[in-house]
Amino acid sequence: MNRLLQFMGTVVVFILLLLGVNLYLSHSSGAATSDTLTIYNWGDYIDPDLITEFEEESGLKVVYETFDSNEAMYTKVQQGGTKYDIVVPSEYMIERMIDEDLLHPLDYAQIEGMEHLVPEFLDLSFDPGNQYSVPYFWGTLGLIYNDKLIEEGSITSWADLWNPEYSDRLMLIDGAREILGLTLQSLGYSLNTKDLNELAEAEAKLSELAPNVKAIVADEIKMYMIEEEAPIAVTFSGEAADMMWENENLHYVLPEEGSNLWFDSIVIPKTAQNISGAHEFISFMLRPENAALNAEYIDYSSPNQTAIEEFIDEEVVSDEQFYPNLADVEHLEVYKNLGLEYIGIYNDIFLKFKMK
Amino acid sequence: MNKKSTQSTMLFPYVLWLALFVFAPLLLLIYQSLLNIDGQFTIENIVTYFTSATYITMTIQSFIFAGFITAVTLLVSYPAAYVLTRTEHKELWRMLLILPTWINILLKAYAFIGILSQSGPVNEFLETIGIGHQQILFTNFSFILVATYIELPFMMMPIMNAINEIDPSLIKASHDLGANEWETLRNIIIPLSMNGVRSGIQAVFIPSLSLFMLTRLIGGNRVITLGTAIEQHFLVTQNWGMGSTIGIVLVVLMFIVMKLTNNTPTRKRGGR
Repeated sequence: MNRLLQFMGTVVVFILLLLGVNLYLSHSSGAATSDTLTIYNWGDYIDPDLITEFEEESGLKVVYETFDSNEAMYTKVQQGGTKYDIVVPSEYMIERMIDEDLLHPLDYAQIEGMEHLVPEFLDLSFDPGNQYSVPYFWGTLGLIYNDKLIEEGSITSWADLWNPEYSDRLMLIDGAREILGLTLQSLGYSLNTKDLNELAEAEAKLSELAPNVKAIVADEIKMYMIEEEAPIAVTFSGEAADMMWENENLHYVLPEEGSNLWFDSIVIPKTAQNISGAHEFISFMLRPENAALNAEYIDYSSPNQTAIEEFIDEEVVSDEQFYPNLADVEHLEVYKNLGLEYIGIYNDIFLKFKMK
Repeated sequence: MNKKSTQSTMLFPYVLWLALFVFAPLLLLIYQSLLNIDGQFTIENIVTYFTSATYITMTIQSFIFAGFITAVTLLVSYPAAYVLTRTEHKELWRMLLILPTWINILLKAYAFIGILSQSGPVNEFLETIGIGHQQILFTNFSFILVATYIELPFMMMPIMNAINEIDPSLIKASHDLGANEWETLRNIIIPLSMNGVRSGIQAVFIPSLSLFMLTRLIGGNRVITLGTAIEQHFLVTQNWGMGSTIGIVLVVLMFIVMKLTNNTPTRKRGGR
């Protein structure tokens, strides 16, 4: 008994000690005063040199925190108690956050450099007039394949996924909207459809895909494709760029039928403490030379026209898979918020597909 | 009197715990399960559950998988526990058994991905002995293997404890009366360790019904259990009502399993 008490006592002392250290650390980093800027972004999603440069230029101290899914980010921001000045969610989440009044409207008097952005990427349905968000990176959903296992150039469209030759060889991303969306597009329908007949047709078509599917996974796709666990996968362009960097046998294909066009954009949450600092940061990231540095570091496609034309490596920008000719933009659709009822319908179809 | 009041003071934390972390969540779960996505009171969730071929098949599949996992863990655990309790360094063996549970389950799952993948050591081995590369990841086999590995300590510990608690004089008596090893095992040890087996089954079966992390990481979502559906309803479709309904079904199933395992006719245990 005595020894047990001793043990418990040691544990309690240890915990108190750690709490003290934690308190001290959070104080000394001076979280959320007017001379700091707290950024909440995806992991490894900014060039660290840019943060240093911004700190030197603005005199602000940057606190950088990361999240790994829009939903996790949403929960944290929505529950309050956080002091993020800058957040970088994806477009469907921005639409939801606008609806729920979680975002601070942007003050364009304090932002410089909007004219650098690709005009097609402004004023989109998720944030009309860009009242709340400024595009950070963008991309598409497409196919990645390994030329050691699949003949180069033999895959060009979503329909190719249904090729019986690829039995048990596909890896799909675990997302109802992505997988049902590509099926709808392969049938020539919109990936935002609310037409139940089209959805039923897609469901039937999707069930024919089941024999070809090896696994339906999430971020692990990156690891599996690099290690050549599967020859073909459906993934996002940004992820694909990362994989191709690691394994040169991989190729990304933007399918002929069209694709989903996604955005990660900068927003300022309602709970922000340093509004002017946040605007300053947005202007800083809009500068073409900074946008170019960031794009070259992350390997995602930049929405900054001036950066694309003048600063980013010609070879990168001329790659049609990552910087498609915007005349084709009509084939690229942005997700619309379908409402809970249709999200439910999409997910039920996807769940049935998973059980095949 | 005094003794009684001390007792109720001592009981207080436990009662508080029960109220806050057992009954309150359960009531919330029941309440949630009666709401549809628009927040209206309805019983449509439970109706949907029992009329949807998807959920019924999923429940059956989950049951089959959980049953398999429990059976395999039991088959591996019992003989091992029996042998280990008779070894000299019982404590050391027990320690080694607990050790893997100190490692995060995700880490273990990722380790298995490495081991079972196309370029992993298992496939290298199969290649060298001439069988050639096999698809191991994303199969029912790999799912059951990894789930068994993870659940094993939870089956083995109670069985080891139960066997340990058997009065050695009973075993001696059995030998004295002319029973051989096998007869002693069958007539003395197995019946007397049934309690351990029961708690083992309860500790393994229910969690196995909803192992959603493993179904994705190791099963590649080619294995679907009720956990997958719960995760989807809470995280993606925001249909907490449906998610809670499935949760309630799991709770009810758990009670049934408890009831079944507890009601197995227990023989009058002599000597205890």
